[in-house]
Amino acid sequence: MTDATLIKPRRRLRLPQSLKDPLFALAVIVFTLVILMAIFADLIAPTDPQDMVNMPFLWPFEDSYSPLGTDQLGRDLYSGIVHGSRSTLAVGFSAAIFGLVIGTAVGATAGYFGGWIDAALMRLTEIFQTMPTMLLIIVLLAIGDPSIPLIAISIGLAAWPMIARLARAEFKALREADFVMASKALGYPTSRIITREILPNAMPTLVVGASVLVANGILLESAVSFLNLGDPNVVSWGSLIGNGRTQIRSEWYLSALPGLATVLTVLSLNIIGDRLTDILNPRSKVRDA
Amino acid sequence: MSRKTPVLELLNLRVGFPGAEIVKGINLQIHEGEKLALVGESGCGKSLTAFSILRLLPQGAAINGGQVIYDGLDLATLPAWQLRRIRGKGIALILQEPMTSLNPVLPIGLQIAENIRSHETMSRKAVNERVIELLDLVGIANPRERAKMYPHNFSGGMRQRVMIAMAIACNPRLLIADEPTTALDVTIQAQVMDLLEDLCSKLNMAMLLITHDLGAVAQWADRVAVMYSGRIAEMAPIEPFFTGPKHPYSQGLLNSSVEDDWHYSDTRLTEIKGTVASAAGEKGCAFAPRCPYAAAECRLSPPELQSVAPGWVAACARLDAIRALSEGAAHVPA
Repeated sequence: MTDATLIKPRRRLRLPQSLKDPLFALAVIVFTLVILMAIFADLIAPTDPQDMVNMPFLWPFEDSYSPLGTDQLGRDLYSGIVHGSRSTLAVGFSAAIFGLVIGTAVGATAGYFGGWIDAALMRLTEIFQTMPTMLLIIVLLAIGDPSIPLIAISIGLAAWPMIARLARAEFKALREADFVMASKALGYPTSRIITREILPNAMPTLVVGASVLVANGILLESAVSFLNLGDPNVVSWGSLIGNGRTQIRSEWYLSALPGLATVLTVLSLNIIGDRLTDILNPRSKVRDA
Repeated sequence: MSRKTPVLELLNLRVGFPGAEIVKGINLQIHEGEKLALVGESGCGKSLTAFSILRLLPQGAAINGGQVIYDGLDLATLPAWQLRRIRGKGIALILQEPMTSLNPVLPIGLQIAENIRSHETMSRKAVNERVIELLDLVGIANPRERAKMYPHNFSGGMRQRVMIAMAIACNPRLLIADEPTTALDVTIQAQVMDLLEDLCSKLNMAMLLITHDLGAVAQWADRVAVMYSGRIAEMAPIEPFFTGPKHPYSQGLLNSSVEDDWHYSDTRLTEIKGTVASAAGEKGCAFAPRCPYAAAECRLSPPELQSVAPGWVAACARLDAIRALSEGAAHVPA
């Protein structure tokens, strides 16, 4: 052991044990596949999802060139799903990170300092929370030019109050903790107490909250694209579903397959988020299989 | 005693919540290397006094007056950033609850290292060595391995040792220990007190021990200050205090504590009648409602501290009368 690593935190994440849980293992596998699909989209599906490459309305497995069929313009659905995962995941994750950062900052400030700062920030949070999420996103997208970053920001703006409330509750409770008093007695500045002492304690809760945000972000992105409010130049699962909507009675696979991809991704994210609580807690004992 | 330079001096310190003054003017000196015990029952303001030294007051509480002199500076009015340099570096604090005073999600070695790094500039390697040295100093076996463990891997006594290691990391001149052993097993209490005593003499550290355990005080402190209802009732060197306390409250405290040979004693333990709360609204001596010697004069104004012997003061208006009474009682045949 070298001296540099001597007192570095080395916590064993209990991933191996958790993987013995079949449901969690399945969720991890599904989600890993989705991530790999997004990363290697160009290799897996070389066709441009926006190109008209084949006959329209080919059913899945009808033509080996378009394994999942084609839409009304002859665009490849397989390529659409593979490439669509990119924008869908990008929006989901960046919206969650955006929401996590704003929410944590607001919640931590409100919870730690209390008093009128708390009151002011919480009223602001409530204003955002009482606004219908979908409406807020639609208004923002209607004002701006729909693009992936704008969609992510507007979803993040709609989602941060949940994180802020979580963070506030955690900080409010932890502020009174003895170890915070002890670190004040050691002369640590407030910024350090918030970031180094309290934040690590609040993080498991916030990360689990954020994993729900990713799933939520994916669903909201799909909804926005379904309503044709998304970026028209980018394929996403939502836009595929929206596109297939008009043919739902005859060529239902056009909506069902991207829908299935969305459901599987969101479901696996929710399961992973659920188990993250146990994994991130150094004290919890994950049930041995 | 040759150590005469005060490390810390409290001058007429008054601390309170809005509408209720808890600490009502305390004068106290702690000399270099000295171990002073601040004794009193729950609610008498001893912990608040300790916390107000570093201005770590609970919400709503404030220092209403007086000075806390450390190193020529008044800590009661010092700007926050300057005070921060003294906290943990010049004056360190050990809290009562070792189970919750360590950050549960950080390894203990890292927590001690953070403290060192926040006050000293040292290379990472030197800090790590210092952490190991400190853990070794407070008697933690296998410090190299233990430094990487989390607080939940340690027992209460071990955690208090870690807290002590953290407190002494920057060689403070004064250590404030707020009931450091209250939350521990009796067997561990003695070990922790021995460790603190050992460290005090090794590092020439002064110590303010807040406690209600008179047994610990007797074995351990150089001087004792008895607090009652926000004021100092009596302050004395340890040995004469235990053979003949002057203030009726100190006498009551000693009589109501279990002595060493209590197994063989068949006398009843005496108690001090009433509660601290009975002093509410009292104009005179706060102890008067519970005092067996109270007279009309006690109810007029709070008694001043009077010198009894060199280095020995007591705040009681009837010291002479009490002495006469107790001496008289001693001559009465049983």
